[in-house]
Amino acid sequence: MTLLEVRDLNVWYSLDEGGENHAVRDLSFTLDRGERMGLVGESGCGKTTALLALMALLPPSASVSGQVLLDGQDLLAGGEAIARQHRWRDLALVFQGAMNAFNPVRRIEDQIIEPMLTHGTRTSDSARDRARELLEMVGITAAAGRRFPHELSGGMRQRAMLAMALACEPRVLIADEPTTALDTMVQAQILALLTRLSDELGLAVLLVTHDLPVVSQVCSRAVVMYAGGLAEAGPVADLFHRPAHPYTRLLFEATPDLHSDREVVSIPGAPPRLDEPIVGCSFRPRCDVPLEVCSDRAPRPLSVADNPGHVAACWHNGGAR
Amino acid sequence: MSEIVLKVDALETTFAPRSSLGRSKGAPVRAVDGVSLTLARGEMLALVGESGCGKTTTAQTILRMVAATGGSVELAGHDITHASHKQMQPLRRNIQIVYQDPYEALDPRFRVRQAVEEPLLIHERLSKAERLARVTTALETVGLTPPESFLDRFPHELSGGQRQRVAIAAALVLDPDVLVADEPVSMLDVSVRAGILDLLATLRRERGMAVLMITHDLSTAARFADRIAVMYLGRIVEEGPARTVVDDPQHPYTRALLSVVPERDPLLRVVPVLLTGEPPNAANIPPGCRFHPRCPVAIAQCREVDPVLTDLADGEGHRAACVRLPWLT
Repeated sequence: MTLLEVRDLNVWYSLDEGGENHAVRDLSFTLDRGERMGLVGESGCGKTTALLALMALLPPSASVSGQVLLDGQDLLAGGEAIARQHRWRDLALVFQGAMNAFNPVRRIEDQIIEPMLTHGTRTSDSARDRARELLEMVGITAAAGRRFPHELSGGMRQRAMLAMALACEPRVLIADEPTTALDTMVQAQILALLTRLSDELGLAVLLVTHDLPVVSQVCSRAVVMYAGGLAEAGPVADLFHRPAHPYTRLLFEATPDLHSDREVVSIPGAPPRLDEPIVGCSFRPRCDVPLEVCSDRAPRPLSVADNPGHVAACWHNGGAR
Repeated sequence: MSEIVLKVDALETTFAPRSSLGRSKGAPVRAVDGVSLTLARGEMLALVGESGCGKTTTAQTILRMVAATGGSVELAGHDITHASHKQMQPLRRNIQIVYQDPYEALDPRFRVRQAVEEPLLIHERLSKAERLARVTTALETVGLTPPESFLDRFPHELSGGQRQRVAIAAALVLDPDVLVADEPVSMLDVSVRAGILDLLATLRRERGMAVLMITHDLSTAARFADRIAVMYLGRIVEEGPARTVVDDPQHPYTRALLSVVPERDPLLRVVPVLLTGEPPNAANIPPGCRFHPRCPVAIAQCREVDPVLTDLADGEGHRAACVRLPWLT
C-alpha cells in the first residue's frame, strides 16, 4: 500500500550570477508502507535535493513544484506550518555525518529527548524513558547515552542518530548516505540495524546512496536518478538482471565484484550541467547505444513490458517517437 | 618475481602521546607494529584494513613523512630508514604519493601546468621548453588529451576524476619506481573509478611502476591488485595473491571483512559475520593474538600466543598469522 507518493517534483535553485539550476526534474515515485527503497545516483544527480524537498528543508533560494503526498495529503501545499507538523513525526531524516548532526556540547540522551518535547509527543519524564528505550533498541547502553557526541565512535554516533530519528515514531525514515563515512564492518552493522528496525517497526526506509551493492542487499526496490530526473525504477533484482536503461546497466558494470575478474569499465564523459537547458535524453552523450531520436527529444518514464512497478525513461524502452 | 624495488622489514612506528607541556602522557600508540612487505617492479600490492589499523601510518613511514621507531625501509637498494632530509632529497623522486582527495592535494591557485611542473623544478634542471615537453607527455599519459586544453586550467575547472588524473600526472612526471596511492578512488564517483584504476594498471605495465595502494575496498583490491595484505592493529595478519586471499581467506579477520562486502547481485544475499567488541585501539593492544577479543573462533591459546605470519601449504606465497591454522575442513 502506498504511503508516500512523489508526483512531478521539480526543484530550481536561483543562482547568484543569474539563471537557474534545475536540480530535480519531473521526479515521480512511490514508497509503500514498511518498504525499503533505494534512491541511487552519482554526486550532483539531485538525490539530496529531492530528499530535502520531501522534508521541506530546502533553502529560500529554491523553488519547488509538484506534490509530496503522505497518505494522500500534500505536504508541500500548506507551507512551513503543515510541513512542520509532519517533520520528525511522520518523516524523519538521518544524515551522513553523525558528528555534525549532533550538538557537541549536549549529552546524547538530552538531544534525543528534544524532538519529543518540541513536537509534544511526550512529557519530559516519559520522554527520558523513551530515550533510554530507543538507545537500547539501537545497541547503546544507558551510560553511553549520558556521554557527549565526541566521546562516541562514528558507528555509535550513527546509532544514536537513528535513535533520535525514531523518537517520534515516524512512518518514513529517510537515510542520506548513512554509512558512507564508516568502515565496511561498521557499515554492515548499521545496515543490519536499519533492516531490523524497519522490519520490527514496519518503518518505510528511503535509502539515499551512491552505493549500488548496498542498495542491492538492503532494499527491495530502487529509483536510479540521472541529471535530476528518474532514469529507471523497479525491483532491485530487475535493475541488476534486466536493466532497461543503459545508465543502470553501465553503473552496475562500473562496480567491481569481490569474486569475479569481470572487466570493470568507466562510463565515459560527465553528467550534463543542470543550469543549462538539456535537449533530448540527458544521458545520450555518455550512452553506448544512442538512437537518432535521443538527441531530439527526452524520453518519458514508461513501464517496462510485462513488469509492473518497473519503469525506465529510455527510447529503447519504447514510446511514441 | 622480478626486481624488488621496495623492501620493508619489521617496521615499527610508535607515537608517544605528550601533554601540552611536553610530558609524556598515556600509553604509547603502536600504530605500526612489525610490518614486513616487499614490492616488485610493476607490481600492485593492496594494503587493506579498517580505519585505525595503521595502513596510512605504514605508508607515511615508508615515505619518511614520519620517523620509524624500528625496522627498516629499503628503496631501490638504498636503506632510507634513517636517511636525513638531505640524503632523502635525491631519493624522494623514486617514491611519490597520490592522495584520496584530489581537491585538497592540488593547490587551488596553481594551474595544471604549474602543479605538474613543480616536481621538475625541485628535482631536475631543465629548460622551460624541456619542462613543458615533460608536462605535456605526463598529461597525455594520464589521458588528459589534448594536453594543451588542460595546461592552463585551474583545479576548480576540472571534474573529480580529471583532478585525480592531474595529481597522478604530477606524481609520475619524475618517473618514480614506487607510487603510493592512498585511497585513490574512494572520493570519486563510481562511474569514473575504473578509469583511474586502469590508468594505474597501464603505468605498471608500461613503465614498470610499482604501486602500493591503500584501500578499505576489498572488491577494488581483488580486481586490480596482484597481492593483498590485510592489516589489523598495526600488523599484517594475512597476505597473498589477491584472488587467493579473497576466494580462500584463512585468517578469521579476513573472513569477517570479506563477509560484509555487499554483492552487486540482489539475488546473492550475503551472510555477514558481524564483529562485536571494542573497536581496536593501538594504545592498548590485547596480549596474545591481537584479534582474539573480537574473534569468533578464538580458543584459550589465542590469549597467550602472539601468532606470526606463517606460509600456508598452497605454495603461492599465501601467509596468515593465526594459531588455529591450518583449518581442518
